[in-house]
Amino acid sequence: MASVQISDVRKSFGGFEVLHGVTVPIEDGAFVVLVGPSGCGKSTLLRMLAGLENITSGTISIGNRVVNNVQPKERDIAMVFQNYALYPHMTVAQNMGFSLKLRNANQQDIAARVKKAAEILALSPLLERFPRQLSGGQRQRVAMGRAIVRDPQVFLFDEPLSNLDAKLRVAMRTEIKELHQRLKTTTVYVTHDQIEAMTMADKIVVMHDGIVEQMGSPLELYDKPDNQFVAGFIGSPAMNFLNGHLKSNGQVYVETEEGARLPLATAPTASDGKPVVYGIRPEHLDLASDGIEAEVIVVEPTGSETQIVARIGKQDIIAVFRERHDVKPGERIHLRPRASSAHLFDKDTGRRL
Amino acid sequence: MSTVQTSMPVQAAAAGEPSLWSRLRANRNWAALWFMLPAAAFLILFLAYPLGLGIWMSFTDERIGREGVFIGLENYQWLWDDAIFWLSVFNTILYTLIASVIKFAIGLYLALLLNRHMPFKAMIRSIVLIPFIVPTVLSAIAFWWIYDAQFSIISWSLIRLGLIEHNINFLGDSNWARGSVIFANVWRGVPFVAITLLAGLQTVSPSLYEAATLDGATNWQRFRYITYPLLTPIIAVVMTFSVLFTFTDFQLIWALTRGGPVNATHLMATLSYQRGIISGRLGEGAAIATAMIPFLLAAIAISWFGMQRRKWQQGSNND
Repeated sequence: MASVQISDVRKSFGGFEVLHGVTVPIEDGAFVVLVGPSGCGKSTLLRMLAGLENITSGTISIGNRVVNNVQPKERDIAMVFQNYALYPHMTVAQNMGFSLKLRNANQQDIAARVKKAAEILALSPLLERFPRQLSGGQRQRVAMGRAIVRDPQVFLFDEPLSNLDAKLRVAMRTEIKELHQRLKTTTVYVTHDQIEAMTMADKIVVMHDGIVEQMGSPLELYDKPDNQFVAGFIGSPAMNFLNGHLKSNGQVYVETEEGARLPLATAPTASDGKPVVYGIRPEHLDLASDGIEAEVIVVEPTGSETQIVARIGKQDIIAVFRERHDVKPGERIHLRPRASSAHLFDKDTGRRL
Repeated sequence: MSTVQTSMPVQAAAAGEPSLWSRLRANRNWAALWFMLPAAAFLILFLAYPLGLGIWMSFTDERIGREGVFIGLENYQWLWDDAIFWLSVFNTILYTLIASVIKFAIGLYLALLLNRHMPFKAMIRSIVLIPFIVPTVLSAIAFWWIYDAQFSIISWSLIRLGLIEHNINFLGDSNWARGSVIFANVWRGVPFVAITLLAGLQTVSPSLYEAATLDGATNWQRFRYITYPLLTPIIAVVMTFSVLFTFTDFQLIWALTRGGPVNATHLMATLSYQRGIISGRLGEGAAIATAMIPFLLAAIAISWFGMQRRKWQQGSNND
C-alpha cells in the first residue's frame, strides 16, 4: 500500500494539451474516483499513473518515489481494463498467475496465490475455464483477480463496469467496494458514472476539460458544489438550474424572468440585480399551496419515488417526491424550494456565490 | 406426401395444388441447392473433373494424340525405379522446406515491424506488396538477368568490391542454382506471409499488450506469451497456403532453369510438365502430378490438426 501524489501534471498529444496541470493527493489506502464526462482526461491521467502514457510535465509519485521515468512493471501497480483485457488463450488460473510466472515465482507459490484470490472472488470452480466460456461478470472478477494476485501498491480501475448490464453493475459495485474494505489497497477508479463515484469513493475528483473542478468526499460534493459544473454533474436526477436576478431589498431572493421568487436562506455577498443561476436539487422541492407556480408536463413514477417534470415559464424543472402525490399532466402545481438547500452560482463564471 | 385421390374430387377440382416443379422452386431445402448449383457446377467442371481425369490418366499409357489403355500401376512402378523422379521429390521437399521456413521468418519479422507506429506506414506497406503483384514470369525474367552467368549484377558488384575474382555461375552449378531459385521464391512469397500475418496482428487488442506490460512482460515475453499464441490460427492458415503454393511451384523454376542444371532444380511440377507435355507421355506426367497429392494432403492435415488443438477458440459463444 502506498500514497499517490499527482502534482501539476500536464499531458499534450502533439501540440494539443488535454490535461492542464492536475494536482491530486491520494492518501494511503484511499478509494479515489476520477469522474467526469468523456474526453475530460480522466482515463489519460490513469494511464499516466500506470505508465502507459508519458507525462508531459509535472510529477507523479507512488509511495515516496517519483515514477515519471519508472517502467510500468516497476511501479508495482495493477490495472483492471474496461474490456478486461483477459488473455483469451489462457485459462482463468493462467490469466491470474501470469504476472507471477513472468517474475519466475515457483509453481506452488503461484498456485497458492491464485487459489487464495479465486476464493476471495468466488472463482474457484472456474479456474480451468477460458475467458470465452465466462459471463461478463465472471470475466470482470477474473480481471480483478489478476490484479489481486499481484498484491500491488495501488489498484487502478479504468471504467471496469461499463460493459456490464445495469443489474450486474450494481452488484459488482458492491463487490469492488467490499474488496477494497477487505484489502485496504490504495485504489484509483475512473468512471463517467457519477452514481458509481458517489457510492464507492472515499474521495471524488471531478474532472472537466483537463482540469480538476473539485475534489472532496461524496457528500461534500453533493452538499457544497464549488461550481455549476459539479452541481450539475453530481446527483441524479441532476440539479435544476433557474436563471434569474439576485434581489436583496431587505429580503433576499432570486427573481426569475417570469417573476417567480426563489427563496434563499443566507444573503450572498453579491450586489442587488446581479444575474445569477439558482440551483435546487429535485429532492429539495416540496409541493405546497404557495410557492412557484408550474405546469406539470410528465409524471414518472418509479415506485419508491415519483419524478415530476414541470414547466415554469420557459424553464423546465424536475422534482422528486417520496410521497405519492396525485398529479396529472397539464395540472398546475406550486413548488416550494427549501431555502437552506438552495445553491447560488454566478451566471458568468459558474462559481458558487 | 399423399397424392390427390379420385375419391376426393373436390380437392382435385380445386386445382390450387402447385405442380412438382413449382414446389421444388419454392421449397426452402431445394432453394439452398439451387443457390449452390452455379458454384458446384463450376467446381465440378474445372476442379473435380480435371483432377479425376488426371488420376485416371496416371493409370493409362496415354500419349499426346493417342488414346491410352489402362495399365494399372505400371507408371508408378516405372517412377519408383526412376532416379530423376526421386531427385525431383527430394528437390521439391528441400525447396518447400527451406523456402517456407525463410518466408515465415522474414514475413513474421516484417509483419511485426509494420505493425508498429512509424512514418509513411501506408506507403511502406504497399511497397512490401510489390513482389506479390508483379507477374511471376516478369520477376523470373528479372532474376534471370540478375543470375546471368556473364552479366549478373551480383557478380559484377562483388568483383568491383574485390570480394570475388570470377563471375558466380548462379544457374549453372547445382547448389548455386538451388539457392538461387529458393531466393527468388522467397522474394516473391514473403509479401503474402507478411501482409496476412500483419492482418492477424491487427486483430490482437492493444489492451492485451498493455495488460502484459503491467504484468511485467518484456518485449520478448509479450511476443512469446501473447502475440505468438494469438497468431497461431493465422500462422497455420498462411503457412498451409504458403507450403501448398511452394510445393506446386512451376512458373518460377520453368522461367529460370527449366529444371537444370542436370535436373538439380527439377521439382515434381516441372518434371511432370516435361514428361507429360513436352515429351508427350501424358500418362507418366499425370502419375508424377498425382504423386504430389499425398504430400499436399499431409501438409493440409498437419495444419488442420494444428488448428484443432486450440481449445480456447471454442467453447460457449457468449460474448
